[in-house]
Amino acid sequence: MALVTSIVPRTRRNVELLLLILAFAVALGAYALVGISSGEGVPADIGAVGGGLVLLTVALHVVIRLRAPYADPVILPIATAINGIGLVMIHRLDMGRHQRFGVAQAPRQLIWTALGIAAAAAVLVLLRDHRPLRRYTYTAMALAIALLLLPLVPGLGQNINGARIWIRVGPMSFQPGELSKLLLAVFFAGYLVTARDSLSLVGRKVLGLQFPRGRDLGPILVAWLASVAVLVFESDLGTSLLFFGLFVALLYVATERTSWIVIGLTLFLGGALVAWQLFAHVQVRVAIWLQPFDPHNKDRAYQLLQGLYGMANGGLLGTGLGEGRPNLVPFAESDFIFASIGEELGLTGLFALLLLYALLVERGLRTAIGVRDGFGKLLAGGMAFSMALQVFVVAGGVTRVIPLTGLTLPFLAYGGSSLLSNWMIVGLLLRISDSARRPAPDSEPAVGLADTEAVTA
Amino acid sequence: MNAPLRRLAIVAALLFAALLTSTTYVQFVAAGSLNSRADNVRSFYKEFGQPRGALLVAGQPVAESVPVKDSYGYQRRYPAGPQYAAVTGFYSVVYGTSGMESAAGPTLSGNSNDLFYRRIGDLITGRTPQPPSVQLTINPKAQQAAWDALGDQRGAVVAMDPSTGAVLALVSKPSFDPNRLASHDTKVVKQSWTDLNKDTTRPMDNRAIAGREYAPGSVFKVVTSAAALSSGKYTPDTLLPGPDKLPLPQSTVPLPNDFDGPCTPSGQISLLEALQISCNTAFGSLGMTLGEQALQQQAQAFGFGKPLSIPLRVSESVFPVNLPQSSLAQSAIGQFSVRVTPMQVCMIAAAVANHGVLMKPYLDEATVGSNLEVMSRTQPKKLAEPISSDAAAQLTTMMQAVVENGTGTRAQIPGVKVAGKTGTAQQGPGQPPNAWFTAFAPADNPKVAVAVVVEDGGSLNERATGGQVAAPIAKKVIQAVLGQ
Repeated sequence: MALVTSIVPRTRRNVELLLLILAFAVALGAYALVGISSGEGVPADIGAVGGGLVLLTVALHVVIRLRAPYADPVILPIATAINGIGLVMIHRLDMGRHQRFGVAQAPRQLIWTALGIAAAAAVLVLLRDHRPLRRYTYTAMALAIALLLLPLVPGLGQNINGARIWIRVGPMSFQPGELSKLLLAVFFAGYLVTARDSLSLVGRKVLGLQFPRGRDLGPILVAWLASVAVLVFESDLGTSLLFFGLFVALLYVATERTSWIVIGLTLFLGGALVAWQLFAHVQVRVAIWLQPFDPHNKDRAYQLLQGLYGMANGGLLGTGLGEGRPNLVPFAESDFIFASIGEELGLTGLFALLLLYALLVERGLRTAIGVRDGFGKLLAGGMAFSMALQVFVVAGGVTRVIPLTGLTLPFLAYGGSSLLSNWMIVGLLLRISDSARRPAPDSEPAVGLADTEAVTA
Repeated sequence: MNAPLRRLAIVAALLFAALLTSTTYVQFVAAGSLNSRADNVRSFYKEFGQPRGALLVAGQPVAESVPVKDSYGYQRRYPAGPQYAAVTGFYSVVYGTSGMESAAGPTLSGNSNDLFYRRIGDLITGRTPQPPSVQLTINPKAQQAAWDALGDQRGAVVAMDPSTGAVLALVSKPSFDPNRLASHDTKVVKQSWTDLNKDTTRPMDNRAIAGREYAPGSVFKVVTSAAALSSGKYTPDTLLPGPDKLPLPQSTVPLPNDFDGPCTPSGQISLLEALQISCNTAFGSLGMTLGEQALQQQAQAFGFGKPLSIPLRVSESVFPVNLPQSSLAQSAIGQFSVRVTPMQVCMIAAAVANHGVLMKPYLDEATVGSNLEVMSRTQPKKLAEPISSDAAAQLTTMMQAVVENGTGTRAQIPGVKVAGKTGTAQQGPGQPPNAWFTAFAPADNPKVAVAVVVEDGGSLNERATGGQVAAPIAKKVIQAVLGQ
């Protein structure tokens, strides 16, 4: 399965800068529009807020120039654009909310954005190469499981919106699952790159599919049990689906055995079915999903319905920023920011947003294909695919493709833990893409040769 | 590992394709039905956030939207308040809409299907869409006269142009102030809503067309007369028995007159005279002779038992079925369980006035643009032909006699021939009667038909009759329409 990939050793850093300027234009233009539509004119602090965002992102851009000059030039601008749109939407929701209801959330989100970008820069500065991460395979696993279980600790865990995926320490609340997504990607990649041979080569053939030996089924069963436990005890289908989907996808990539997908899907559907029959809160979620208009579900489906109404109100072109009523939806700034964007920017805006996400996922998968080592492939592929899964789980929940869950949209939704871990993913993807696109040291070209063809495994 | 990674990319693409599809479904395919769901407050807010067309009477607004500085942006105002409440209804952020605000809602908000091409035009030219207004058929002078003449009495007045069906006056009392229900202060709205619903006089009932239905009493004798004339066996001169009391089969209680003694000393009375002095015994016996089917058919021909939208919904009037002879005699004089709306009674007078042709009553005269240019006009529509023009002419003569020299003399207008009929509908022991009067004028060239009901005898209480209480009100309305 050797493949010929064309590797362009040009850094493309100027392309990145140009795209970044575009992203700034989108975010700052949107910020100005919110002010204008509220009747107050262009916000006076647009210089300060915009300048801050520009300064931070450009600083990251400079770090990339210095530390990862061959990194993918599209990843940072897309993350910046989505983050910027999210900030504007959260600010706009702040304005729509009555002053006495809680504090403004946009400034907090801005601080978390700054921390997130700083974290991405830190990843690039501290981690000169992604391969050493493999050493922390089991540390990552232990940390991830600890973080996942944290919300179940009495007194620490918070039951918000029906799902127990939050912890609260003093005034800070945190969704540890977000960070464990990153850690699990490291663990899965590290584990599978070692175990792939035994998982893929041994076993017997049934109906044309190569099935693994019984003892090799161990890890997938553990992952399955863990995801079912998340579903049952934290009543969060989203996180469960995300982790198990990530694991099965990486298992498939590592072993190239379709049988793993069959086994994984069967296990997940079976687990979900059993959980649905046994647990009332899972049944409630499914009932809301299938019959939101049923008068019996009136109160429980309120949020979902308000979201749908908001999106319907937006229609093709949206009401325009500041012109809709996204505040009518509970958690309009976090779980339902997809509906808020849909209301004010319309189907057009959501298509643009989904395409940005799709592009980001595509860049991540391209990085995975481009990078030479198996661990890097699995890690980049895992992070990219988990992004796709997460967007699917959230937006699919809001638009009734699947039952609603408690996950948030990467970069867009209000929430510090989500921003922080997604910016760290950006840092890692940039790091891996740098090594993917950097001319291989052993094939360092003769002077004057612009393009190199490298054969990768 | 690159081949499975590429396949993973395809899976990711499929996931995004699913989202693009579902988003398109929600925001485009299903958007219309989601927006029109009853529990969707957003559409409500959206509607309240837009300017809304006015309801106009003779070019003056009786309901209009004025820009205000609050979260809605526009406030609905009713300059004439309670006087037009039976027509306008209300437009409330809490309780929705009623009356013409509801019936003409799609037009007033600019969302009517009829306005489709105009909306496209607005979209192309970038013109800010101005929702159209609705011009009502109400004659402000007639409305004012009816409102004033009814005074503090409970009841209703309906007037219409018999030749077109255009409603000229529609008053229900007691009334309410729609301004209070249209307030954006939900506390004020809820309080006045509670007060109005607690009020035992039921101010929000639209007595003219719905809500409360009345026994018509003797005004129903016009229908019984029409059935007799239509049968071909009767003329205004046909003699009927008019005794002191009419013995009823299967009943120990005979049917009495409203006055003491027989209708004439001889005990025989012509159909014309029987209507003129409102002889119960003659009409009771006539009803039993004609039979239930003839009366039922005649009542239905005038509109009984049929749904009607003007475009306000008018309650169906009722003529009972499967009657024993005794109840049939009572029904023939508009008692027992005959129930009518003032609108129905007005339609009876209008059909007689219009040579037997009943026109469909309507309130919406035209849809007009922001510069009062007419965008569409309601075409008068024939609803039915309940009686022949000959029978109508005979009935007109009979009803003229009622006003000239019978129970309805208080409706006389110098220089104008008025045709009418009184009614004093008994409601039961100890309860004052409902006073009725229906009329049209001028009798030789009718311009207006009126129906008036005054509940519980109005100011005269148990001594009230239709001729004393209701006829003067009808007179005032007729004078207002004729410009006297």
